[in-house]
Amino acid sequence: MTTQEILEIIKQKFPEEQFEIKTNIGGDILISPPKVLRDLCFFLRDDERLSFDSLMNLSGVDLADGEKKKLEDGTFEILGGHLATVYHLYSMKHNHKLTIKVLLPKENPVVPSVERVWRAADWHEREAYDMFGIIFEGHHNLKRILLPDDWDGYPLRKDYKVQEFYHGMKVPY
Amino acid sequence: MAELKTDHIVLNMGPQHPSTHGVLRLEVVLDGEVVVDVIPHIGYLHRCFEKHAEAMTYPQVIPYTDRMDYLSSMYNNFGYVEAVERLMNIEVPERVKYIRVIMGEFQRIANHLVAIGTFGIDIGAFTPFLYCFRDRERILDLFEMTCGARLLYNYMWIGGLSHDLPPDFIPKAKEFLKDFKKSIKELNDLLSFNKIFIERTANIGILLPDTAINYGCSGPVLRGSGVKWDLRKNDPYSIYDRFDWEVVVGKGEMGTVGDCWDRYMVRVKEMEQSCRIIEQALDQIPDGDVTSAIPKRVKPPVGEIYFRVESPKGELGYHIISDGSPNPFRVKVRAPSFVNLQILPIISRGYLVADIVANLGSLDIVLGEIDR
Amino acid sequence: MGILDKEFNESNIVITRFEDLMNWARLSSLWQMTFGLACCAIEMMATSASHYDFDRFGVIPRPSPRQADIIIISGTVTLKMALRIKRLYEQMPEPKYIISMGSCANCGGPYWNHGYHVLKGVDRIIPVDVYVPGCPPRPEALLEGLLKLQEKIRNQSLVKKAV
Repeated sequence: MTTQEILEIIKQKFPEEQFEIKTNIGGDILISPPKVLRDLCFFLRDDERLSFDSLMNLSGVDLADGEKKKLEDGTFEILGGHLATVYHLYSMKHNHKLTIKVLLPKENPVVPSVERVWRAADWHEREAYDMFGIIFEGHHNLKRILLPDDWDGYPLRKDYKVQEFYHGMKVPY
Repeated sequence: MAELKTDHIVLNMGPQHPSTHGVLRLEVVLDGEVVVDVIPHIGYLHRCFEKHAEAMTYPQVIPYTDRMDYLSSMYNNFGYVEAVERLMNIEVPERVKYIRVIMGEFQRIANHLVAIGTFGIDIGAFTPFLYCFRDRERILDLFEMTCGARLLYNYMWIGGLSHDLPPDFIPKAKEFLKDFKKSIKELNDLLSFNKIFIERTANIGILLPDTAINYGCSGPVLRGSGVKWDLRKNDPYSIYDRFDWEVVVGKGEMGTVGDCWDRYMVRVKEMEQSCRIIEQALDQIPDGDVTSAIPKRVKPPVGEIYFRVESPKGELGYHIISDGSPNPFRVKVRAPSFVNLQILPIISRGYLVADIVANLGSLDIVLGEIDR
Repeated sequence: MGILDKEFNESNIVITRFEDLMNWARLSSLWQMTFGLACCAIEMMATSASHYDFDRFGVIPRPSPRQADIIIISGTVTLKMALRIKRLYEQMPEPKYIISMGSCANCGGPYWNHGYHVLKGVDRIIPVDVYVPGCPPRPEALLEGLLKLQEKIRNQSLVKKAV
């Protein structure tokens, strides 16, 4: 099933929401508004025609499309812009794929958690929180996973500045 | 009798522990000797792969992919270069495809040998480890004569390979495959059907197929639960559809489907299947140049791709976003061990504390890949 | 007793310096703490396994720091791990030795520049006796590093220094 056909089915269920399809080299991407995401995912999993039973991957992305502001010390800061989460779904029953992208404002990156839909999302979401600071609403244990609890900042954001010292150990070379 | 007031004990296992396969920390909640909960704490080997990938050019990322799952470096290269090739729409020569499959399958055998050997140590059998490493050294010799490195190869490049096979590779590989069949039999006699080993692993850590799919498990962990799912067959990439081989699944021969023994046995049988693939590939391999399709400048067009391969540990996926520059905009790795480790609390609850080690060994995790 | 069996006519006396005897005893049974960090740990395992046989130099893996003589830092030390390594080192009894195996433990290795979570060299937290370069070092290189450490122990003095 192509992304376009899947979108037709989704539109019957969610007639009021704005979905968009972006053409892309590695397969089309469905862009979804954040607030319906969890309902959408439950529908995608449970509908007989779609039955997306596995979440292959969940990535956080910093789109860095905000205003770039140079600071005095040569580094830069990005004001505004968007973060995104990308969901790669797969149906082992029907053998079709779907990529969903959700854009989130950088000032307030909140997205519903899909951990209850696919348990596989649990650690992926914690990692996205750890690396980008994306808040997954409804996640049962949203804590840092890779970095220590007392770490400053979100390293995979494009304007991340590394801290000088961590517990007395110098961080940059 | 008056009611006894009991408390749970929290036992800390790791990060320095011989059977955590690296620097994993487990917080084990115990009721007497029965496991109530296991909470894995990871990140002790977080080496910032994804940040490095953003700062490097596409070919420069390849050595870093080696260092993620250091027990199957060839396959990490394989997944990454195939993903970038699809993004750039490069068609690689036939000989390259065959060599990649041969190397990938040799790597699968080497990886499973370490998995089985260390699983044996976890259970308390030291000798099989020495036998496994003896055979693994011979595979490493084959890799070394091809690309000069023993562990981290940087062998597969975007559009080709760094070196062609040396002239005596094919006879030596065939000789190894001949001997290796005897080694598998030896391993089965020594470990697989050993009474003590079966007692420790059969009916332990049973993973149900539906749970496995919902938790995103893949590779031998999923197949051990009886799900016939292998990306080489179900979502074929490269030239795997040209060979005659079978997907191995757990059958519950010694206990229940999806127990530790099944996961272990899937690995043993997969090695036999890998041998079959390599034998066919060695017979069919065409002549040709392995460097002809390597692009001078790697600059993929704007776009993104999610590409997955069946690494020895499971589904290894690369999500690469290109903004048209020579550096990747974002590389996210879906590491099989990262997802498979999530299942540990589920399969450990209710068993004894000694079974945690068996469960962990049967998952075959590598911390380099979990933490990246 | 093998080759020495029935070789002597009577029980003999060997005269040696006490220091040499003690050093010889210490360097011939260096118990290593079983502790792997990253890629280098696999090469360390390969060194202990059948093909390279670390045991012939008296190096036997010991899972507890309290009974270990040497610790081989085999791999990347991250900041999260660094404090634990320091603690493990402090738990080892004197005399204790450290082999830093591989570029990551020596100086940060390939992660020196962008590795925001990598400690750039284990010698920033604990003293290192022998550095083994390589990424990862071959088992032969690790053996060479061990021989260097044995050489160092052989030349150590046990005599109290005059104040």
